[in-house]
Amino acid sequence: MKLDAHIPPGPLAEKWKQYRGTMKLVAPNNKRNLEIIVVGTGLAGAAGAASLAELGYKVKVFTFHDSPRRAHSIAAQGGINAAKNYQNDGDSIYRLFYDTIKGGDYRSREANVYRLAEVSLNIIDQAVAQGVPFAREYGGLLANRSFGGVQVQRTFYAKGQTGQQLLLGAYQALSRQISTGQVELFHRHEMLDLVIVDGKARGIIARNLITGELERHAAHAVVLATGGYGNIYYLSTNAMNSNVTAAWRATRRGALMANPCFVQIHPTCIPVSGDYQSKLTLMSESLRNDGRVWVPKKMEDVMALREERIKPRDIPEEDRDYYLERRYPAFGNLVPRDVASRAAKAVCDEGRGVNASGKAVFLDFASAIVRYGKAEAHVQGIHNPDDATIQKLGKAVIKAKYGNLFEMYEKITGDNPYETPMMIYPAVHYTMGGLWVDYNLQTTIPGLFAAGECNFSDHGANRLGASALMQGLADGYFVLPYTIGQFLSDEIRTPKIDPNLPEFKQVEDEVRARLEKLLNNQGSESVESFHRRLGKIMWDYAGMSRNAEGLDKARKMVRELREEYHREVYVPGSMNEFNPELEKAQRVADFMEMAELLIIDARHRNESCGGHFREEYQTADGEALRDDEHYAYVAAWNWNDGEPELTKEPLTFENIEVKTRSYK
Amino acid sequence: MKLTLKIWRQKNANSKGQFETYQVEANSHMSFLEMLDVLNENLISQKKEPVAFDHDCREGICGACSMVINGHPHGPMKGTTTCQLHMRHFKDGDTIVIEPFRAKAFPVVKDLVVDRSAFDRVIQAGGFISVNTGGPQDANNIPVPKEDAEEAFNAATCIGCGACVAACPNASAMLFTSAKVAHLAKLPQGRVEASRRVLRMVHQMDEEGFGRCSNITACEAECPKEISITNIALMNREFFRAAFKSEESPM
Repeated sequence: MKLDAHIPPGPLAEKWKQYRGTMKLVAPNNKRNLEIIVVGTGLAGAAGAASLAELGYKVKVFTFHDSPRRAHSIAAQGGINAAKNYQNDGDSIYRLFYDTIKGGDYRSREANVYRLAEVSLNIIDQAVAQGVPFAREYGGLLANRSFGGVQVQRTFYAKGQTGQQLLLGAYQALSRQISTGQVELFHRHEMLDLVIVDGKARGIIARNLITGELERHAAHAVVLATGGYGNIYYLSTNAMNSNVTAAWRATRRGALMANPCFVQIHPTCIPVSGDYQSKLTLMSESLRNDGRVWVPKKMEDVMALREERIKPRDIPEEDRDYYLERRYPAFGNLVPRDVASRAAKAVCDEGRGVNASGKAVFLDFASAIVRYGKAEAHVQGIHNPDDATIQKLGKAVIKAKYGNLFEMYEKITGDNPYETPMMIYPAVHYTMGGLWVDYNLQTTIPGLFAAGECNFSDHGANRLGASALMQGLADGYFVLPYTIGQFLSDEIRTPKIDPNLPEFKQVEDEVRARLEKLLNNQGSESVESFHRRLGKIMWDYAGMSRNAEGLDKARKMVRELREEYHREVYVPGSMNEFNPELEKAQRVADFMEMAELLIIDARHRNESCGGHFREEYQTADGEALRDDEHYAYVAAWNWNDGEPELTKEPLTFENIEVKTRSYK
Repeated sequence: MKLTLKIWRQKNANSKGQFETYQVEANSHMSFLEMLDVLNENLISQKKEPVAFDHDCREGICGACSMVINGHPHGPMKGTTTCQLHMRHFKDGDTIVIEPFRAKAFPVVKDLVVDRSAFDRVIQAGGFISVNTGGPQDANNIPVPKEDAEEAFNAATCIGCGACVAACPNASAMLFTSAKVAHLAKLPQGRVEASRRVLRMVHQMDEEGFGRCSNITACEAECPKEISITNIALMNREFFRAAFKSEESPM
């Protein structure tokens, strides 16, 4: 198979503009007759469904949640990037494009990323018009802050709840379309398979989670906006129900899955505290604007901390190793996530981790509190402020910036981060890999589109902070509504798709058989216990650092686990009722297969780049060693249960010089 | 710690429910939902049906988790969702009573899971600003006073969990509805259709069968996001102003 990304001609900065000007259109009278299914109501799904409905298409939107507002985009904390250059600090569309390509370690497509940087401007305008209450300065204009891997301030934010506010904006736009009848909402409905008719995606089989019934839904095109697969690792910052089923079922129906080994491990999460743990909690990257990351220099201090004989504040400044500032002076604590995570792992592997398990480093706000305290005292006209005043004023500034994050930390750990440094450790957070899509966001199945985290398109091997919200909304508001017309303009003569076609019945029967098999299994182990075991294999062998031997072993282990799962799992309850265990059981079955593909991809990519770190390929000082000669391509996989077949989409860089990625 | 749990079990919306008693062993580092996970694992290992409850992000932002714990929606801790409640706030030997949110407008789906789609319909009635994708001017063209933006934000942090309804003896949804009305009314972008919005949302709230507000303020006390009842006062002002001047009937 040869992959054509359908990149439009013209110079980079003109491609999208020219393409939009020459695209095929669908007239309003025809849009009325065209139906689109959108699966997922996160940023990409809600924004896409609302925008498509505004254009006049008939949209059916599906969420497994009780309300579209609960999609996991809601949990994004820190912010959203846009090249507005409101701070006059030298930002531009080109610079956002450059930072994103470099941040992704030169494994993403130039044309897609440039378009993303371009439409980032419109996203902020759109969100403000919807009433998204971004942080503002006293003059009434929008405030910005910095995120990792960049040297400008281009991140817009609403305290530590930016995802919530942006999702509510999209949810409200979607609600407006539901109220007009232009969108039909199916809540507590989970897509369990894709239906293809004559080679085109024409519908889905969804399970009504309340009644348990399987339903057939037909449309002229299907959009998946179903998020990432981070929960393959069991413990991640993803919500409990986030899963890969929709994307995986599309893969099993012939869509290619691209770069599945590119998984982002976020450096600042609350460390694991016990075996019962169900998920990990992120502490926003924005905290690294002001928090300094360190571990003790001396082992005796490390031991004393672990035995709680001393407190972190007892360790004098000269005995602390601010290792990010030491290793990466140009970016300091704001190096990109992959770099920060590996550096944390390195100091913990040396034995300098600061909690009982040895898997934690400090994120310390003491110096920021003093710095802000002094500045605020000056603003308030207090000369020669005493320490108590400085502390009080400084803590108030920190509270205004990060209040909800500090509260969240304290609720979970019982420690007060205003008084003692936070303890953090890397955790699985985001997946850059996903369904292969062309420039139109169309997968290899005609009529099947993928938007947001569930596609692979823009982040290469590592995503920069505050770029997930940007990409989800770019796809949903500003890309898909245009590009889907390229497909639908050829469908205006296609009558309403009939869900009674034999193709629908066939897929529905297959789904029913799959669920019944899980329910009728005579096993005795819970779904959860298998999911935990899968997660452990993946974290140990396909997590922050990987090697060929470990990956080979992991593949075998995952295979065996999958066989054991289908033999030994016990799923209580029945099909025709509200049955969360059954939902989980089929999701974990799909995780098991996707996990194997992730391992195969990691094993084949004999280089280190971005979030994919292969121990065999590193520089003398432990940095990732990329191999552009052999691996400057997108790896797109066609799944089969034996040896999945690899198709390569070569990446060419015409507008950016490919360099060793350095933040030193 | 050893705990006794009295949990509401109800097969579906049409069947009658009752309390069942369970024993569970937990530790103080667990979250409340992780303690329920342990219970469910135990039940599954005995081939019994696990307790159904809504949950997703487990970090206090999605609004999926609900349940009334010892008489309090989201449990005894102020400003805390059930998923952020940790077992260190309970003692060895405690008995904990766990029920679903109870309100006419929130029918039980199963056990502790309720249907809160009435909230979505209240938002659909007018909880938005009517702008289409692609039209807006530059984001900095309309300055918004920092204080107004912050007040709008504070109202907009509502997670739509429904604790306010569960806390209210009248099962009123005034706090939820007013938070959205206030969020949008505080911003210049939202003023344009403020009258129409408040009339429609209040009407829908009544249609859904939520009760009246009698200023008990339990909603504010139990709200995990500490949404202020000043939003209710603001909504009342907005409503009366709109009702007097509007040609749309105040319903």
